[in-house]
Amino acid sequence: MGNIGPIIVLALIAAGLVWLLLRALKGQEVDRRVIFAFILVSVAAPLLMPVTFKAKPTPIVRALFDAIDELPEGSRVLLSFDFDPPMSPEVQPMADVITRHVLAKKHQAICMTLWATGQAQFNITMNDVIKTDFPNLVEGVDWVNMGYKAGNEGVLNVIRTDFKKMFPTDANSIPFDSIPILRGVRSCGDFDLIISLGGGRPGLKEWVLFVGDPTGVPIGAGVAAVVAPQLYPYYPRQLVGLLGGVKGASEYESHFRDNYEQYRDMPTPAMVMMGPQTVAHIVIMAFIVIGNVLFFLARRKEGQS
Amino acid sequence: MRREIPLIITISVGFLAILSFFSPPFEPLGEDFTLFFDIIAVFAFFLGGGNLMRVHIDKLIKRKKDWGFSIVTLVGFLVMLVAGLGKIGAESITSDITREGLFSTLYYNVHLPLGSTMYALLAFFVASASYRAFRAKNREATVLLIAAFIILLGSTPIGQMLTNWMPEGMSILEIPNLAVWIMSSPNLAGQRAIMIGIGLGVVSMSLRLILGIERTYLGKDSG
Amino acid sequence: MSPRRSTTGARPPVLCSCLLIPLVFFFLFLTNSASLAQGETEVVDTTATTPLAPVTSLLAQDFKYDDGDKLMLTWVPSIDDIPVTGRVTAYEVYQICNNGEPHRIAELLPEVSTFRVEELHRDSSYQFYVLALAEDASAQSVVTAAITPEQEWLKWNWLNLMVMTIVVCGAVMVFIKTATKGRKLFVRKIAGLEAVDEAIGRATEMGRPILYIPGINDMDDVQTLASLTILGHVAEQVANYDIKIRMPVARSLVMTAARETIKAGYQTAGRPDAYTDDMVSYITDEQFGYVAAVNGIMVREKPATVFLLGAFFAESLILAETGNSVGAIQIAGTARPAQLPFFIAACDFTLIGEELFAASAYLSDEPKALGSLKGQDVGKGIAMAAIIIGVTLTTLATLTGAEWMSSATELIRSWFVVTD
Repeated sequence: MGNIGPIIVLALIAAGLVWLLLRALKGQEVDRRVIFAFILVSVAAPLLMPVTFKAKPTPIVRALFDAIDELPEGSRVLLSFDFDPPMSPEVQPMADVITRHVLAKKHQAICMTLWATGQAQFNITMNDVIKTDFPNLVEGVDWVNMGYKAGNEGVLNVIRTDFKKMFPTDANSIPFDSIPILRGVRSCGDFDLIISLGGGRPGLKEWVLFVGDPTGVPIGAGVAAVVAPQLYPYYPRQLVGLLGGVKGASEYESHFRDNYEQYRDMPTPAMVMMGPQTVAHIVIMAFIVIGNVLFFLARRKEGQS
Repeated sequence: MRREIPLIITISVGFLAILSFFSPPFEPLGEDFTLFFDIIAVFAFFLGGGNLMRVHIDKLIKRKKDWGFSIVTLVGFLVMLVAGLGKIGAESITSDITREGLFSTLYYNVHLPLGSTMYALLAFFVASASYRAFRAKNREATVLLIAAFIILLGSTPIGQMLTNWMPEGMSILEIPNLAVWIMSSPNLAGQRAIMIGIGLGVVSMSLRLILGIERTYLGKDSG
Repeated sequence: MSPRRSTTGARPPVLCSCLLIPLVFFFLFLTNSASLAQGETEVVDTTATTPLAPVTSLLAQDFKYDDGDKLMLTWVPSIDDIPVTGRVTAYEVYQICNNGEPHRIAELLPEVSTFRVEELHRDSSYQFYVLALAEDASAQSVVTAAITPEQEWLKWNWLNLMVMTIVVCGAVMVFIKTATKGRKLFVRKIAGLEAVDEAIGRATEMGRPILYIPGINDMDDVQTLASLTILGHVAEQVANYDIKIRMPVARSLVMTAARETIKAGYQTAGRPDAYTDDMVSYITDEQFGYVAAVNGIMVREKPATVFLLGAFFAESLILAETGNSVGAIQIAGTARPAQLPFFIAACDFTLIGEELFAASAYLSDEPKALGSLKGQDVGKGIAMAAIIIGVTLTTLATLTGAEWMSSATELIRSWFVVTD
């Protein structure tokens, strides 16, 4: 009975699409606002009546999971929060689940950002993941937030050889040398894994070009779906794994939950968002079909005349 | 001279930046140039902020068309500026304003949802653009259309459900794997070609700038 | 339940078992002995009495290709440094400068066997030793021979990159020289650029403004510079036809540079009096705040022509679709490959990647600038040859299993790899 709501909404959307198809067969174009209305319903309804799907990880997602999982305990993992509120719905779930994984594996998490807005995004992860799931971990010992540094790839160019030069203190103004977790960190070469979370510039591409390639430190990433296609060329040689958009994030969440029983009840925002994404994709496909019906009808008419 | 001095700076900084890339003794120079730019860009914020104020105050005073929007802009600008610089609501002057105070409240409750709302418009525009653009006009467009369908299905659990029955040996034909293959093989080839072209374009453009062949962006020497 | 471990990259199971089984028995033996002896005799920790083994083969070498301020230390970890069960808790690195007092420069985790010493001086000599630390003991390594860091003037490990830079830049310069001598160079037609004048003409006929968006990056992005060079041409035409141009920008420096560019265009057209600073206005650095403002301008002012040239990100489709909805003719161009599909779907003409950089040369028709475009082709030729040879050799090596083909493929690959 619990699924009756989504079924009714899906049936209504399907009926509406059939009606538009019949109109298209009569040669009537679909107004832009009608498309917008369908997208609104198909995204809003599954959000209001959530349906989650279990996702099987694709090899590229699994590769990132394995890269974190196979590092020995106590490894240093650098997490760069290079995104902003608009990208947050896609990238924040990745940031949360990856940070949770890193800390659950007892690695040391060193967090930073190249985006001014990334600082606030890190705070969300800090409150929702670090302080909630790992209340016993100590800032500066088990994890640290180095904060934001302006200068885009210029920052990367410097920290590649001298981390302290760009981050003389952490975000709380504690001097670099007084932070236990940073003992022995000279450059990016001293990290065991770097994870870039974002989707703009500076982002993963800059991390690969300015840090990953020259130092040989493995780089993994979680990026917005729109930029994922241009980053596939870096996998697997320059990139250990990649999460692309909500799909990648949901696969990671699902795989993480399957492997870490103690986090079975963790929030899975990406898995919840797969519902709207699925319905919206099908609606878009339906509109493409309707568009083509109209196109072929118009072409036939032209041929006849 | 208004044009010559910037040109000399461009040429010398350009060559030194290349040198700093290959020569260790010059390496710190490259890092310093990056910092110089950041410092200059920070000071330019005043220019931008000043211009924003001037344009909207002018619009307001002269009651130009849509002057009401200018009030929203000015209030938003000034409230965030004062909340940030004055650290209003923060415990102390050294507090991190992204964690506490009025600035953080406004950031999380106004800025963040507004930014996400604008980004969410993409969902609507992707749909309307797809409806208009994906038409099987010719053979190439048809291939593109089929690829789009596979990618769209591949990024949903339905793609997985539809082809889960396939035997292990044919797993490449499962829709999600096919979608990844399209992205990482044909798409990769195209992307790399475009990237190589862009890289070379950047080299050519940069050389034109460094050699002073391209100088439109410097304006005209009025002197 | 403990986390599931992946076996990828793990030690062979047989080897692991060989090591683990004796260790488990040893551990059980110790536990049983301890419990049996409890209350009767004192438990003796055998490890506490054994001296700790120091690190061996400690070597200090010059760090190659630096400014003479780094040295590289390598060593073989202590034999007591065994994962999980080992005694070593940390390593401390000590430095002796000019035969002075030793001082600690770093504390490292167990299993570490290299360390880069930085912030050194070329006029001093340095010696080092490593102290292995355990809960109850420490062990010092031998002290290295005195060494002075050396400065290198060129990063010879980047020779491949240097050669490529010289070849590509050299080719561009040769073609610029050739073009200056008057040789006619063929440059293919670029539809998007051919349409620029037509688009400006349309705005004139309709009596509506032109909207010019230079992307959202700052002046340090070459795409923004490319956009401003096209703006120079557009501004001249705008001045000639006496139409209105609106240019909202997201960066203050771009605002200043764009004003200069438009002013120059008006001066070239002989109408400097028609120029006003209001043509260019700063909106905000914030990506979607800027998009909201530009969309508002589009909807309210209904421009006849929209130029979207520069660095664009997620906002590309939002801007292009809004432009499309107000019926503007749109010319877009970016070197961000991820945004190209959106522009192609929503705009009338799109400059793909390098075409954006070629635009200013193409529009100016200046021989020197056109020559630089031809120089790019040499780079493309090299890339194409390397791809064809590499792909052919890799395919043949896989099919035939020939060792020399794999080596040749690896050699070609190494020409295009840059490492520190």
